Amino acid sequence: MKLNKALATVALAGSVAAMSAPAMARDTISIVGSSTVYPFATVVAERFGTKTDFSTPKLESTGSGGGLKLFCQGIGTQHPDITNASRRMKTSEFELCQSNGVTDITEFRIGSDGIVIASSKEAENLDITLEQLFLALGSKVPVNGEWVANPNKNWSDVDSSLPNKPIRVMGPPPTSGTRDSFNELALAAGCDELPEAASLSKDEHASICESVREDGAFIEAGENDNLIVQKLIGDTGMYGVFGYSFLEENADRLQAATLNGMIPTAEAIAADEYPVARSLFFYVKKAHVGVVPGIAEYVSEFTSNAAMGQNGYLKDVGLIVPPRAALMDLMDKAESMPNLTLDELK
Amino acid sequence: MTDQRSQAEIVRQSLKRRYRKERRFRAYGIMAIAIALGALLILFTDIIGKGYTGFVKTTITMDVQLDGEMMYLDDPTDERQIKMADFVEPLVQALIKEIPGATEDDRNQVRELINPYASVTLRDALKANPDWLGTTQTMTFLTHTDVDVYVKHAGDDAYSIKLNDQQKTWVDELLERDVIETSFNDVFFSGGDSRDPSKAGILGAIVGSLLTMFVTLILSFPIGVAAAIYLEEFAPQNKFTDFIEVNINNLAAVPSIIFGLLGLAVFINLFGMPRSVPVVGGLVLTLMTLPTIIISSRAAIKSVPPSIREAAEGIGASKMQVVLHHVLPLAMPGMLTGSIIGMAQALGETAPLLLIGMVAFIVDVPDGFFDSATVLPVQVFLWAGSPELAFIERASAAIMVLLAFLISMNALAIWMRKRLERRW
Repeated sequence: MKLNKALATVALAGSVAAMSAPAMARDTISIVGSSTVYPFATVVAERFGTKTDFSTPKLESTGSGGGLKLFCQGIGTQHPDITNASRRMKTSEFELCQSNGVTDITEFRIGSDGIVIASSKEAENLDITLEQLFLALGSKVPVNGEWVANPNKNWSDVDSSLPNKPIRVMGPPPTSGTRDSFNELALAAGCDELPEAASLSKDEHASICESVREDGAFIEAGENDNLIVQKLIGDTGMYGVFGYSFLEENADRLQAATLNGMIPTAEAIAADEYPVARSLFFYVKKAHVGVVPGIAEYVSEFTSNAAMGQNGYLKDVGLIVPPRAALMDLMDKAESMPNLTLDELK
Repeated sequence: MTDQRSQAEIVRQSLKRRYRKERRFRAYGIMAIAIALGALLILFTDIIGKGYTGFVKTTITMDVQLDGEMMYLDDPTDERQIKMADFVEPLVQALIKEIPGATEDDRNQVRELINPYASVTLRDALKANPDWLGTTQTMTFLTHTDVDVYVKHAGDDAYSIKLNDQQKTWVDELLERDVIETSFNDVFFSGGDSRDPSKAGILGAIVGSLLTMFVTLILSFPIGVAAAIYLEEFAPQNKFTDFIEVNINNLAAVPSIIFGLLGLAVFINLFGMPRSVPVVGGLVLTLMTLPTIIISSRAAIKSVPPSIREAAEGIGASKMQVVLHHVLPLAMPGMLTGSIIGMAQALGETAPLLLIGMVAFIVDVPDGFFDSATVLPVQVFLWAGSPELAFIERASAAIMVLLAFLISMNALAIWMRKRLERRW
């Protein structure tokens, strides 16, 4: 009978553990969102945790879209307080938020990130325009006025000034925000330079101009950018697409391609002169400020000069910090927390 | 007669060929094992080769003059003063003194050798020992990760050295004088995650794994065993139980991410449980492990000879007594072995945890089932994707720790089987 009792106790303990799950109050800030902002937000969170008496915020890297979806799920401590995004909130997402009662949101634009095309220092560097880049990597390109599957095998097939080497580029998979931005800011922009693009309908434009060739010239490397870096160092015929912070981390071994005559430097990206640059954001759920302790203080840490100033610690980890004037605006915003409106997003 | 002769002749003639065939067959088997072992060896050399340096930390020991005036501090028990005090300056001054030839003008370059969190260490030390103010203490701090990488990987192509030539000469000199030393990386085992590779540790992930595994064990073992006993001993053999059996076998083959989706929909969205907590992780992994435990438990019950049941029934035991007094104790070793293997599988799982929010940056070591937590394989995943190269060795070191856990769990399963199993 002893065994019988023991079994019953274990089963009871199990069911108690399963049932006693109240939607309890939370004292840790919950942050979700973009994997591009993640390396910066985690540094702020950790500094915030050691500097103050609040517990260190919890950060999940869900991607921009996934983060906004979770964020807009509703008010209450089971939902996240802040979401990071490597693009602006879409109007559809704003409406989703509104319909779930998340009406008061504050937006913070926290600096920029550039997408670079890099290669090993021993490889032949690219000096390429966005138009040439599209002709090299687009799935369909115009030949004599017809859109056909990309026939270009070597870079020199696109333009004789480019290296006479097979086109081989490693980049992020379609689930990545970096890939979205690359498609939109690099490929689509290059496609628009072509005279043939003008006659495309909106749907055709999206399907032709924003799709990468799938015949093996573009290699999807998974979300791990370190892997791309390792491959580039070992293979001088390979080029890679990733965020600026990975270039900076490996500056002694990698070189970046010149795009439309611009070299990706922190200054060029911050000033929006480098063509493939995007802004980074985070969104705060105002209904949670004061409910979950520390949100206002976290935001003020993020927007402080110590973090995002010209000598700030975020600069050390590769964030392209906003100019002083923009930072002052952010600081004001952190204090007043104005509501985001639909008109701003349109 | 001639027939028999020729028969023997045929056998003799084919004998050589048959032996050859057998030798070939054995060689194939040995080759298969060699390939498997070779793959394992490559995996281990790669991980150990990359990761052993993760168990080494680089520290700097210096005499820190805790001058109240320099730190803007005259009462270390006052929280407000602590907040506004400068804990970096004494470190920079102490290091300048250690480096011959370095002057006040080099302070920025000198500061870059000290870990950004060393000032926190100093702050906490002073808070714990307020009477240190005004004295000079010999203290040990972590170096900056760039120094750590230089000391461990100078000349290694896989790493970028970020120190400039001046800093390299300083570090070489300090190394020679044993001011900078390498030692066993206790920080790695005593801290939570960090974005600074030198400060990052796996204790948070280990505790998270243990909490999650505990929930998984106390739920999946009793449920799995009870289901197996019912299906094997009490359930009538009909279409319905067949249907259940087929579905349990199907569940064992479902990709683990599906259980994550289920967990998100049921436990988090429907029951309103918090994200990222070991309880939900444990529940999801329970769902995933249950089929394995049920199947192995049923096999264990089946292997109990019918004579035992018949003997018990023969002396008047009820069905329940037969099961609880005889079948269950005899089947227990097999059930435990199956459960341990199921648990080991759950320990290495990341995919289902992604959806319930356990793939997250969590610094604080969890202290309960409802505290945000992450687990060991997730920690490996997060570090492997970090831009800082110094995380590569930490990720490999964490893999070694994870492998150690897995090997010990599997060894326990084998030991239990050897120890407890009864043969008839």
